[in-house]
Amino acid sequence: MSATMTAAGLVLPMAEGESSHFPPTPGDFWQPLFAIPGTEYYFTRPMLLMAIATVILMVWLWLTTRQAALVPGKGQWLTEQVYNFGRNGIARDMIGSKEFMPFVPFLFSLFVFILLNNLMGIVPPFQNPTMARVAFPIGLTLLVYVVYHWVGLRKKGSIGAYLGGMLPSGLPGWIKPFILLLELITFFITRPLTLALRLFGNMFAGHMLLVVFIVGGWYLFKTYDPGLMLVAIPAWILGVALTAFEALVQFLQAYVFTLLAASYIGGALADEH
Amino acid sequence: MTGDITLLGYGLSTIGPAIAVGLIFAAYINGVARQPEAQGKLQPIAILGFALAEALAIFGLVLFFIAFFVG
Repeated sequence: MSATMTAAGLVLPMAEGESSHFPPTPGDFWQPLFAIPGTEYYFTRPMLLMAIATVILMVWLWLTTRQAALVPGKGQWLTEQVYNFGRNGIARDMIGSKEFMPFVPFLFSLFVFILLNNLMGIVPPFQNPTMARVAFPIGLTLLVYVVYHWVGLRKKGSIGAYLGGMLPSGLPGWIKPFILLLELITFFITRPLTLALRLFGNMFAGHMLLVVFIVGGWYLFKTYDPGLMLVAIPAWILGVALTAFEALVQFLQAYVFTLLAASYIGGALADEH
Repeated sequence: MTGDITLLGYGLSTIGPAIAVGLIFAAYINGVARQPEAQGKLQPIAILGFALAEALAIFGLVLFFIAFFVG
């Protein structure tokens, strides 16, 4: 992929070179901007978008909380609403009102960070969801993974007690090894795997769907065949409708990721399984 | 006609999660219709269940791409 094409891709995400981008492939999500000198690595477009999202978040939170007033202004009100949603709707509901406070900053950051990165998928100058590259959700999942195991271990005191805490009480002795095996698979494999893949899969598949309808419509339109040009219009209408649907999914996935992270932390802290 | 059978396989595999998600939201709507004040309690549970059921479809998607592009 040439540098000019990716530079054009920054403005127009599905920019056509001579090579066709239809049907879209996972390869289309690999969009390097420039090589990092001295290494074999590239600085890619999702990395740039993530940096932009981080800067936007920092500026937003700093501006709206810089002069926090007892009677909030518009900006502060919005921030407080989002914060309340993360604090009460996610952290307190999932972890319990006794122990949730230390995790609120972590969960709130996760929520707004993922939400903003997801929204990058449909906001015009960016139009590429960061989380459609699997490394980003894996990084976030690793954070959650370490946190929920660490707080679980710290709460239970020892590895044995931690593993014992995974078992439901009142089981007959002979069945315990099997349940423990299942629980170990759940805790160490299924949970992080689904957490990362859910976010990745939703962003990836949703963006691909948009590409199919919008770029596909463009290809139909470009034929200059009256019949096919007519078909392009419903394709674009669907593209617009799916963009609205994507906005819903993007919010929902940010919510679900944070909700599950909170529920894993809550599960690790619970006394009885 | 040519194509790849993995595509059909993925289409079929989404039936299960689709039914599951439908059942979850049907139960949620039923619950809220019977007791509207329970909505706040039911919503996180419904979305949690939806996310877990949906994970199966996402697995299917990933496996489809593995089968499609790797071998």
